[in-house]
Amino acid sequence: MSEDMKVIVFQIMDKEYAIPVDKVSGIEKLLHITRVPKTVKFVKGVINLRGVITPIIDLRVRFGFEEVEYDESTRIIVVFLDDMEVGLIVDSANDVLDIPVESIEPQPEIVGHLASEYISGVAKIEKRLLVLINLEKALSLEVTENMLREG
Amino acid sequence: MDMNQYLEVFIEESKEHLQTCSEQLLVLEKNPEDLSIVNEIFRSAHTLKGMSATMGYEDLANLTHKMENVLDAIRNSQIALSPELFDVIFLAVDHLEAMVMSIAEGGDGKRNVKDVVHQLEMIEKGESPFSSTNAEIAAASAVLEKKEMIAGEYDEFEWTVLQQSKDQGFNSFEISIGLREDCLLKAARVFMVFEVLEKSGEVIKSHPPVELLEEEQFDQQFTVTMVTTESGEEIKKKIMKVTEVDQVVVNAIDLECVRHEAKSNEDNVTEILKQESNDALLPTDNDDKKKQTPVKPASSKTIRVNIERLDILMNLFEELVIDRGRLDQISSDLDNQELHETVERMSRITSDLQTIVLNMRMVPVETVFNRFPKMVRQLARDLNKKVNLEINGAETELDRTVIDEIGDPLVHLIRNAMDHGIETTEERLAKGKNEEGKILLKAYHSGNHVFIEIEDDGAGINKDRVLNKALSNGILTKETAATLTDKQIYELIFASGFSTAETISDVSGRGVGLDVVKNTIESLGGTVTIDSKENEGSIFLIQLPLTLSIISVMLVEIQNEKYAIPLSSIIETAIIKRADIMNAHNQQVIDYRGKVLPLLFLKDIFEVPISQEEEESLSVVIVRKGDKLAGLVVDSFIGQLEIVLKSLGNYLTSAFAISGATILGDGQVALIIDCNTLIH
Repeated sequence: MSEDMKVIVFQIMDKEYAIPVDKVSGIEKLLHITRVPKTVKFVKGVINLRGVITPIIDLRVRFGFEEVEYDESTRIIVVFLDDMEVGLIVDSANDVLDIPVESIEPQPEIVGHLASEYISGVAKIEKRLLVLINLEKALSLEVTENMLREG
Repeated sequence: MDMNQYLEVFIEESKEHLQTCSEQLLVLEKNPEDLSIVNEIFRSAHTLKGMSATMGYEDLANLTHKMENVLDAIRNSQIALSPELFDVIFLAVDHLEAMVMSIAEGGDGKRNVKDVVHQLEMIEKGESPFSSTNAEIAAASAVLEKKEMIAGEYDEFEWTVLQQSKDQGFNSFEISIGLREDCLLKAARVFMVFEVLEKSGEVIKSHPPVELLEEEQFDQQFTVTMVTTESGEEIKKKIMKVTEVDQVVVNAIDLECVRHEAKSNEDNVTEILKQESNDALLPTDNDDKKKQTPVKPASSKTIRVNIERLDILMNLFEELVIDRGRLDQISSDLDNQELHETVERMSRITSDLQTIVLNMRMVPVETVFNRFPKMVRQLARDLNKKVNLEINGAETELDRTVIDEIGDPLVHLIRNAMDHGIETTEERLAKGKNEEGKILLKAYHSGNHVFIEIEDDGAGINKDRVLNKALSNGILTKETAATLTDKQIYELIFASGFSTAETISDVSGRGVGLDVVKNTIESLGGTVTIDSKENEGSIFLIQLPLTLSIISVMLVEIQNEKYAIPLSSIIETAIIKRADIMNAHNQQVIDYRGKVLPLLFLKDIFEVPISQEEEESLSVVIVRKGDKLAGLVVDSFIGQLEIVLKSLGNYLTSAFAISGATILGDGQVALIIDCNTLIH
């Protein structure tokens, strides 16, 4: 019997990405973001998430894509990572999928512009290609601090 | 069994029991004749022992056990109380506290306590572990030691049994049995030894008691007393046959010696009784006693709640308050009477609830004050001074966050008062003062603040010496010195230049590290002031906010963004004309009451997106860090506000010049400006 992995699927730049559902605590519509001065570029600021101040990361900026205006379909995916709650801004998010573990393949050398270290694998399901994100790496504070130092 | 889930409870309760021990020991030291206090200490120690043994903290259980033995002996009037004895017990309690702390911090609660264990054992045996001649006595009476050890330990009944057995031709032996260090099943060996003994005679007493032996609550050694018709040699041989028994020492009990000891014990008791009756004649002591006895703590109906859960409750609550604001808005738009009334009622309930939630975080300042009596006692002994610490208003409540921070500054101030404030007994007598110095620690509420006073009747502060020192340190000039009031002069001892020099302590009598005290208190949003009269004493007055989670801020607008500036760092606000700005070497400054004040344009520092035209006049918030001032240029003032402080979380630890955030009435987040990092 094959094991399934439940993931949240979201879109950035017409590509589909996935995060394991157990890391996600909620998907929110766009809330008012308060800018935090002098922080790294991809940290858009903080929001009031039911009384908890939560930092917001724009995944487009994080992955080095072009920034776009936020619109009706923009979503904030709230993820948990080592006691931290962080919101990720994505173009849209609307799907929860079960993907069989054996359909996950190791990351190819290069996928678009995305630095491959943030990818833990790809899964092909029927005609869709899902890119699985390695959250620990994508949000790593070390990387964040390095980027801050480099300006 | 997984003990982790009980660990938290264990640590909390251990702390409580140790606190009871310390408190009651202090009471006992003042009323040595009241043995009911010993019972109380004994109970706490006993519970602690049981708990730590259950949790598997052997060292902790062991030391408590030794302490318990001594307490038991005190309870049975076998050991007379002396200051040195108290020192040892206090030391043991200190060690126990350190062990519990180590466990709380994830350690194993192990600690080298050989010395104190040894001292306790000596006391238990009725020897004095204190005098320097002790070693000689011990050496000279090595043979006698055993007998002395038994001597103190038999009660009237046991002694009678021994006596009668002897009359009937039985031998009485005291047998020490040592098990091998690698002995695995100690209780089983004990059982086997007892079986052997009971075949040969009758066991009258064992040390430690049988229950403890069965629970393996002993080291490698235990002692039993038995009566038998057999000879000592025979018994020794029999016991040695039990496996894992390392050594057996059999001593015949000299009943004459026992009787003598028992008698002298009786003498002790009568002496104590005599003292008691003497004391009873003194009215003051009588009053004291009356105060002590009836206090029986009522079982309080409380539960422990993790502070994080309260934080969650508070967060949810703020959400509710924000929604209430929205409902308010909607109801006034719709203009429906019924809706109006409902929303109003809801408003009232939510504000009541808010008070309750906030109150739940309040803790009596007692939790901090508790440790001071013991500290003062120890310090007084170390410094060879007589000091009486009086505590008032320990029930005054403060927010948990403040409580956690205030301990260290208070320790510092009390140490200061003890060390430099209160004079030695001779000095005090020479000055015509009571030979016992007094420190008064007082806490009380006033408005939105809590005040803590530390008052001593010591030497006070010598103004001239402080001034001279300040002049020679270059902290102030002669001209300014002449203009200072007495109070301002006293405050000089908080200056950082004053703290480092060790010579200060004999100049001003105070000043070692007081700048740290001041900084800590100010970082809590409080203030500390000082008043003093030479030869009459000093008062330190600390003012603290009730809670750290709610602070007063000035809300300002910079372009379209809102920021909060803590009121505690604001001196005043001002409107200045652009034309009044001067340039001083790349730094824009203004003339502020004769002082040159640097201007910080927040919109540049924070890189705020520009969306509005600049105006001719500027709004400036004048803030301070210590005695340095700066003007923060903003676009407009919104007003003063009480806000709930929130952290930015672990992810944004490196945010520049931002100390936290808060949620405004409209649900948006406003950042709190950290003035301390803006001013260098």
